[in-house]
Amino acid sequence: MNFPVELIRKDFPILSREMNGKPLVYLDNAATTQKPQIMIDAIVDLYSNYYSNIHRSVYTFSQMATEQYETTRSIVKDYINATDESEIVFTRGTTEGINFIANTYGRRYLQSGDEILLTEMEHHSNIVPWQVLSKESGAILRYIPMDDDGNLILDNIDQLINEHTKIVSIVHISNSLGTINPIKSIFEKARKVGAICVLDASQSVQHLKVDVQDLDCDFLVFSGHKIYGPTGIGVLYGKKGLLEKIPPYQTGGDMIRSVTFERTLYADVPQKFEAGTQNIEGAIGLGASISYIKSIGLDKIYEYEKELLDYATSKMLEIPEVTIIGTSKNKASVISFMLEDIHPHDVGTILDKFGIAVRTGQHCTEPVMKHFGIPATTRASFAFYNTKDEINVFIDGIKQVIETFK
Amino acid sequence: MDEINELYQEVILDHNKNPRNYGKLDHYTHFAEGFNPLCGDHIDIYLDIEDNIIKDIKFISQGCAISKSSASIMTTLLKGKTVDEAKDTYNEFLEIVTKGCENLEINHEDLEVFCGVSEFPTRVKCATLGWHTFEDALKNNND
Repeated sequence: MNFPVELIRKDFPILSREMNGKPLVYLDNAATTQKPQIMIDAIVDLYSNYYSNIHRSVYTFSQMATEQYETTRSIVKDYINATDESEIVFTRGTTEGINFIANTYGRRYLQSGDEILLTEMEHHSNIVPWQVLSKESGAILRYIPMDDDGNLILDNIDQLINEHTKIVSIVHISNSLGTINPIKSIFEKARKVGAICVLDASQSVQHLKVDVQDLDCDFLVFSGHKIYGPTGIGVLYGKKGLLEKIPPYQTGGDMIRSVTFERTLYADVPQKFEAGTQNIEGAIGLGASISYIKSIGLDKIYEYEKELLDYATSKMLEIPEVTIIGTSKNKASVISFMLEDIHPHDVGTILDKFGIAVRTGQHCTEPVMKHFGIPATTRASFAFYNTKDEINVFIDGIKQVIETFK
Repeated sequence: MDEINELYQEVILDHNKNPRNYGKLDHYTHFAEGFNPLCGDHIDIYLDIEDNIIKDIKFISQGCAISKSSASIMTTLLKGKTVDEAKDTYNEFLEIVTKGCENLEINHEDLEVFCGVSEFPTRVKCATLGWHTFEDALKNNND
């Protein structure tokens, strides 16, 4: 397809840097994405020209900062098609988002014998908070199994989703396998039994259109740094009615309507959930990065990344030593792989010397590694600023690794 | 790619492929399990110590070439040594992988293959996993 990748690359200053004397080939986009200049500029602009605290003061700069911060809420609302700005709560990231839901909704409503349904391919951040909640509440954790291609096995879904199911929390796209899960059909079933649907969209909002109304999620979480925005900012979407009835996650300043020594009245949503001075630069940077993505177009991004995925997959399959882990037909641009018995850490170290950045390890999905009976994988994950030339460099790098271990 | 060849020397690759003293000891006096959660590496170290002498040492590991070969070479060096001698060797090894070999007088030639590790700060933990676990095992008397 005709995708202006060379022009786009100019928007990302780091992409013209070298690593170990070689042009950087950044293929660790599922871990975090690089930053467009326009996002960096938005943060510099804040600190250089109108920085001040938000929601607090009457002077002009404070109002400007507040306005920019709130503009991001509106940008995010449109981006995920929420119905109201008040459904968008800023967090530190996906991990905090899931802890938020477990600690507010979960603690208030879950009881002994209730069931929480996850999948076998969840990131640790969508397992551990629920385990803690299950210990406290006596709720039971269940997992939708997966097959050896990395697809969820839904044969027994009607047993897994039953009248005891209270929360269904699922990853949209697996960070270690790339599988795009059939969220809509699972959530439809969950809704029929009255369960709350939570979507971990940390690996999907940067690749494809995610529509909270179409998927009918109750909660959705993602991280800013994986969608070309700053670190330390994330989004929790919650349906307004739900957010209104759950207790605050943290308490303190800025989340109150009135405080006396005897009692406190909380502010309305979303302020009820944003205690203390917020990550102002994070929110403003996130707004800039989402606007940037929209200017390129998610449809085009998806199509181009699919092209990169298909190209890299076919090139890798030409190397007999390669085994790809995660072979679903429905995949995002993530390739986890093994090189016979060469350990991923050795692979990563050698690729690094060629300027190639990949992730090696368990990708915070130890149960997935266990499923495939492997200690770890090497993972290459592509973004829309990657090129086929870079994939060729990566393929040559893999061949060098094999050569080193011959 | 001199640095790569320096890191992955013949000896390292050989010990990775054919680790020495690999397996479980039927009779052991000390044992420890080591983890590197960052990369998922895992190692078990078995020691049979009598009269302060390491009569036997074996290991089982799942890990990268650096961690496996380092543990393998460690077992060949420590077998037959007194506990104090082993601790000296351990300290020498730590010096080598953290500071490199320049300005260092090396007592154990077999450790020279690890001179390149200090150039790869992210890999130092791989190299030290077996040795740290050995040190832990010394504290875990099985008797």
